[in-house]
Amino acid sequence: MKRLLSTLALAGAFGLAAAGAQAAKLDQVKAKGFIQCGVSQGLPGFSNPDDKGNWTGLDVDFCRAVAAAVFGDATKVKFTPLSAKDRFTALQSGDIDILSRNTTWTISRDTSLGLNFTGVTYYDGQGFMIRKDKKVNSALELAGASVCTQTGTTTEQNVADFFRANNMQYEVIAFATADETIKAYDAGRCDVYTTDRSGLAAERLKLTNPDDHIVLPEIISKEPLGPVVSHGDDQWFDIVKWVLFAQVNAEELGVSSKNLDEQLKSTNPEIKRLVGTEGKFGEGLGIGNDWVVNIVKLVGNYGEMYDRNVGPDTPLKLARGTNALWTKGGLQYAPPIR
Amino acid sequence: MSLTFDDGTFIRSEMQTPLPPPGRNVGAIGWMRENLFSSITNTVLTLAGIALVVWILPPLLRFLFIDAVWTGNNRDACLGAEVGACWPFIKAKFAQLIYGFYPADQRWRVNLVFLIGAVLLVPLLVLSWPHKRLNSFLFFVAYPILAFILLTGGNISASNFLLGHFGLLRAVAGDAAVAGLQFGFWLDFVITAALCVAVAYLIGRLAAGSGRGAATMTAYVFAGFGILTFLWDVDFGLERVETRQWGGLLVTLVIAVTGIVTSMPLGIALALGRRSKMPIVRLLSVIFIEFWRGVPLITVLFFATYMLPLFLPVGVNPDGLLRALVGVALFTAAYIAEVVRGGLQAIPKGQYEGAMAMGLTWSQMMRLIILPQALTLVIPSIVNSFISLFKDTTLVLIVSIFDFLGQLRAAFTDPNWATPVTLYTGFAFAGIVYFLFCFGMSRYSLFVERRLNTSHRH
Repeated sequence: MKRLLSTLALAGAFGLAAAGAQAAKLDQVKAKGFIQCGVSQGLPGFSNPDDKGNWTGLDVDFCRAVAAAVFGDATKVKFTPLSAKDRFTALQSGDIDILSRNTTWTISRDTSLGLNFTGVTYYDGQGFMIRKDKKVNSALELAGASVCTQTGTTTEQNVADFFRANNMQYEVIAFATADETIKAYDAGRCDVYTTDRSGLAAERLKLTNPDDHIVLPEIISKEPLGPVVSHGDDQWFDIVKWVLFAQVNAEELGVSSKNLDEQLKSTNPEIKRLVGTEGKFGEGLGIGNDWVVNIVKLVGNYGEMYDRNVGPDTPLKLARGTNALWTKGGLQYAPPIR
Repeated sequence: MSLTFDDGTFIRSEMQTPLPPPGRNVGAIGWMRENLFSSITNTVLTLAGIALVVWILPPLLRFLFIDAVWTGNNRDACLGAEVGACWPFIKAKFAQLIYGFYPADQRWRVNLVFLIGAVLLVPLLVLSWPHKRLNSFLFFVAYPILAFILLTGGNISASNFLLGHFGLLRAVAGDAAVAGLQFGFWLDFVITAALCVAVAYLIGRLAAGSGRGAATMTAYVFAGFGILTFLWDVDFGLERVETRQWGGLLVTLVIAVTGIVTSMPLGIALALGRRSKMPIVRLLSVIFIEFWRGVPLITVLFFATYMLPLFLPVGVNPDGLLRALVGVALFTAAYIAEVVRGGLQAIPKGQYEGAMAMGLTWSQMMRLIILPQALTLVIPSIVNSFISLFKDTTLVLIVSIFDFLGQLRAAFTDPNWATPVTLYTGFAFAGIVYFLFCFGMSRYSLFVERRLNTSHRH
């Protein structure tokens, strides 16, 4: 009896996460005063702690943008670092409100896990890095190569598919962590290093002589990375979805955090609708009409977000490529705000 | 020196001054001849040792000090062909390695906990200092409560005790709260306590004739528990810091210290239980010990973190760090139990018989005669378990708790510091830190062993 009591009280003491009635996610979020955002345990440029212990990165900034839209305050967000294994469980159990953790959008994840992908914040794809002195210019010349990769990831599967589809022999040398993999490649234990293109850029920084290596042009898999919410709350789904669309639209219309004040006076009807001087689209989402103003002012448009975290001025130096706007030959395209 | 020849003999009247030993037997050379080159095997081993040092030490020193980079603000400082350790990286991440994501303006609380812990621990460790009883009470009872309040911020919202779960009291007491104290909870608590004391009294009455003992025991338990809850419930005005914001060395120490402090009494109890003559107690102890020893710590942590919530009722979601703490403590307790049992078995039967002949009760015998001897015998093994526990704390990274090493791994992912040497620097630093802790524990155990063993030295 005593044990039962103390167990109950202990459970109480350490915070019973109230099951709660099924209130709308937006109301729940507003009631607790912050957004709980699931990020990775560390992925350069996407979510990693900076020197002051603040989370930074593209995935992190996206959550800040949602907080800016909902609260008008980009700091009202808390981050939960999640491993690849427990990320979906955390979302399903309601532990986090948004999963923004370099998660590839696939049909199985979208349909069978009770999740909704809200868009694509980064179009990634798996690539190869190789030493320049190997004189290889295409992945199709890699027959017989030894490939360094990380175990237990889809990268391994993708490599197998690619080599089999092209009837090439290869040898996989797999390691448990990214750090071990890149050190092994740097030490010459294998000819080729493969992971997502963004990962290649990040791991390249750890090489002794980064200039001795090139990234081959082929991209052997599609990895559209995007934020995820759980099924069952369409309003929240809409908000998260349109925060990204608003950022992309803002970039397309040239609205940035630097020229926001001028753009607020713009007479261009598209910009007027975007910044909320015309129409009531924010209210339709259940948040303030100045939502886009807050997003752009506090976090920036998509391009600013990209450049700040992974762009050419960062150590990662990732060119926009497929992540450029559709008007500039890329894939980033957002439905209009009207 | 004088020699006398009186009667045909000579007698030396004073001792001859001894000659100094030959030069090759004294001083550094003599010591080396005796200790390093006394035989062929020894000579070979010495040369191998010197070769090893020459082979390892210079590159290590070069990397750690001579070629090391000491200043810089980002990765550019640590790039280059012949660059050693990148210490600015550690400097930049140092606060995170200690506190994790603990809010910067609240870190004084962690410092205070560290400081009070050190102030209480040092006198406890110095064996000759007085007031051990008071000191142990402060360290083992008061300090954990204080640390809990300081680190979490206290002010847990105790709103439902037992009756509250049936929705009985909310209507009566309402949601009135003073200084963070829920009136309803305390009403509930008092009523429940009174009920339980009454039940204990009745049962004691039926079973043993007098219910007074059982009732008093129950009352004490409730009083103790009440004080504890009260302290946690009062609002001290500290900002709440969730355990998921804890990290770094703080988490490592919290897990290690909690594991060490709770596993010790639990382990002793289990060891005694396993040697008990009562079959049920023995069986339960054996099952407990063998279960926890039979599963790897990773499994325990996984189970506690991901599977336990599936078995708990919806909405009951104990804190993640707490789950790991309980897992680690129970796991270590099983090992300690077996170590202590080894000590108990090493005590000659005569000690038991002597104690019983003196008319001591079982608990007196254990407390005064057997356990002091048994525990002294197994100090090396116990410290062994604690050192391995300290290092095993890094496994919590698997369940998304960022301990010292986890925080370091997160720091590796900062592109601003991604260089070829970052990884080595980080692990070198981690190695130094872990070594200092483990070596400290090991030296202390040696010291205690020598102190307590004086009477048994052969």
